[in-house]
Amino acid sequence: MDKAVEPNSFKTGPDEEGMFGIFGGRFVAETLMPLILELQQAYDDAKNDPAFKAELRELSTNYAGRPSKLYYAEGLTRHVRQLAKDKGLDGGAKIYFKREDLNHTGSHKINNCLGQILLAKRMGKTRIIAETGAGQHGVASATVSARFGFPCVVYMGATDVERQAPNVFRMKLLGAEVKPVASGHGTLKDAMNEALRDWVSNVDDTYYLIGTAAGPHPYPELVRDFQSVIGEEARAQILEREGRLPDTIIAAVGGGSNAIGLFHPFLDDKSVEIIGVEAGGRGLDGEEHCASMSAGSPGVLHGNRTYLLQNKDGQILDGHSVSAGLDYPGVGPEHSWLRDTGRVSYVPILDDEALDAFQLTTRVEGIIPALESAHAIAQAVKIAPEMAQDKIMIVNLSGRGDKDVHTVGKLMGMEI
Amino acid sequence: MATRIDRKFAALKAEGRPALVTYFMGGDPDYETSLKIMKALPGSGSDIIELGVPFSDPMADGPAIQAAGLRALKKGMSLTKTLALAASFRESDNTTPIVLMGYYNPIYIYGVDRFLRDAVASGIDGLIIVDLPPEMDAELCIPAIKAGINFIRLATPTTDEKRLPKVLQNTSGFVYYVSMNGITGSALPDTSRVADAVKRIKQHTDLPVVVGFGVKTAEQAKVIGTAADGVVVGTAIVNAVANTIRPDGSLVADPAEAVATMVQGLSSGVRAVRLAAAE
Repeated sequence: MDKAVEPNSFKTGPDEEGMFGIFGGRFVAETLMPLILELQQAYDDAKNDPAFKAELRELSTNYAGRPSKLYYAEGLTRHVRQLAKDKGLDGGAKIYFKREDLNHTGSHKINNCLGQILLAKRMGKTRIIAETGAGQHGVASATVSARFGFPCVVYMGATDVERQAPNVFRMKLLGAEVKPVASGHGTLKDAMNEALRDWVSNVDDTYYLIGTAAGPHPYPELVRDFQSVIGEEARAQILEREGRLPDTIIAAVGGGSNAIGLFHPFLDDKSVEIIGVEAGGRGLDGEEHCASMSAGSPGVLHGNRTYLLQNKDGQILDGHSVSAGLDYPGVGPEHSWLRDTGRVSYVPILDDEALDAFQLTTRVEGIIPALESAHAIAQAVKIAPEMAQDKIMIVNLSGRGDKDVHTVGKLMGMEI
Repeated sequence: MATRIDRKFAALKAEGRPALVTYFMGGDPDYETSLKIMKALPGSGSDIIELGVPFSDPMADGPAIQAAGLRALKKGMSLTKTLALAASFRESDNTTPIVLMGYYNPIYIYGVDRFLRDAVASGIDGLIIVDLPPEMDAELCIPAIKAGINFIRLATPTTDEKRLPKVLQNTSGFVYYVSMNGITGSALPDTSRVADAVKRIKQHTDLPVVVGFGVKTAEQAKVIGTAADGVVVGTAIVNAVANTIRPDGSLVADPAEAVATMVQGLSSGVRAVRLAAAE
């Protein structure tokens, strides 16, 4: 594919039609069109309403615990310097973690859920639906629904219900109804189909709280905006800490909400290298991965045009990742555009590499990262030894890994 | 330029009865059987055929049509083969309109220009693409109209007065009123509300308005047919096919015969509208 024209700024999208170049858009059934137009109107109003911003800031600070810390991962830095030394190099970039795992509910998902629940309230909606993969977004949705007194239905693939059992229980405790979805492989894609079917059937009272920066316009934009607090904080924190911008920032990309949140405020900082890490699963040769931008092609699914895993007939493939949160055959449309413009590099990390990074981080940092975040850490560990010691890297630690201990334990052959 | 769809509605108007529009899934339970099903439709009383294109992620469809699409895909159905199915049907029937119904991605991947060329060559008269609202008309709607293919739009209960003109703007052939907010195969709505909605749409367009979602019996077809220019039946037909298939894939009965019997019944419903009007 031809490289898209490089714009003056990477931060102006989407356009009025919801497009980032050829990506994005509003590919939805007519039943939903009035709803997403209404949402867009509500969001445009909210953005310019100081009261909305003040309420969100108050909740972010005192309920979610923002700002999240920027932590110098000394143990991991020492580790990559040793790796460099073993190769006869004296490199090893300095690694920082943006600690989204410390947020209330244990991941970055709360940022978006707080923003959207306030929108739902503003729009007079009385029922919340959400889709979830790893359960992080489901938990965050159930949490804000409990906080604001909304009934909440979470659609979750049957496979994910099984592999993320702790989160399923958390959602139920929070009063949400978890509906397992058995179609397809029973993962995030199937959960999203079912959530859309619910929405189309309950248009009057229901707010669809999409968890990732994908779906029909304006979701990719508003989810990005609510998540951009990650990058805004990280940028200010590193400037204060190091007196300069980082050389490299890295985040894992499933649908891509934590990544776009970290990346967006840095997009026009030309000196900052930006890397998105996709789920390489068991390798890109077969179909057992979720690296839509490394090995897929543009197509239309779930309301937007974006890179997808699909066959030559345009049927969507199921993909595979050890991490339920990355197990999605598409990606947010802004990432597709950032890929084609060349501003962001997207690379795959295999299941095994992510599992190694999961254990490594646990051992040398005393932090159990989510398997999603472990993909980003694995990429950092891969490239940091080749970088000079005065280079600075920020890795988005998007969530904590408590939810994954069963999965990892099983893979390590441990009884839990 | 009058299309097969225009001619069909003109003929039905002369006859004084609504159209029976029948949906079935291409390639379900397999290519050959679905061709047999399709060929039997006009003789059983179907006026317009909606040919479903299977898609892996049918976001607006209920369990019955989802399952039908998956059965078809498992047997190797594709957009290419769906076009071949239409072309094969056209060899023996050059008057019954065929409307292709499905989702955009298979067409986008096939290539819009190539698709329209092949669709015209296969005798396709119209398109209903669920996930292409008027906001995305530049993608396929405008090129389809230029290629001489009707682009049929869905109007729904959420389509208000303000939005109707936009929805109708590039619609041709007929308007498909989805009588309730929901997925295909949901329960039948209140018929008086359907009549009101059809009236409302007709204030904005001269196109025929057909009504779908939830029609299962001849009696329902008659009631809806009294209020509209046509009745769409989909899920009931897809279920008739499903009921002939055992869990292991073998057949209990002939799917084409099951569909024909069902369509004959529905046809008596829409034909009863004319009798009622003549009395």
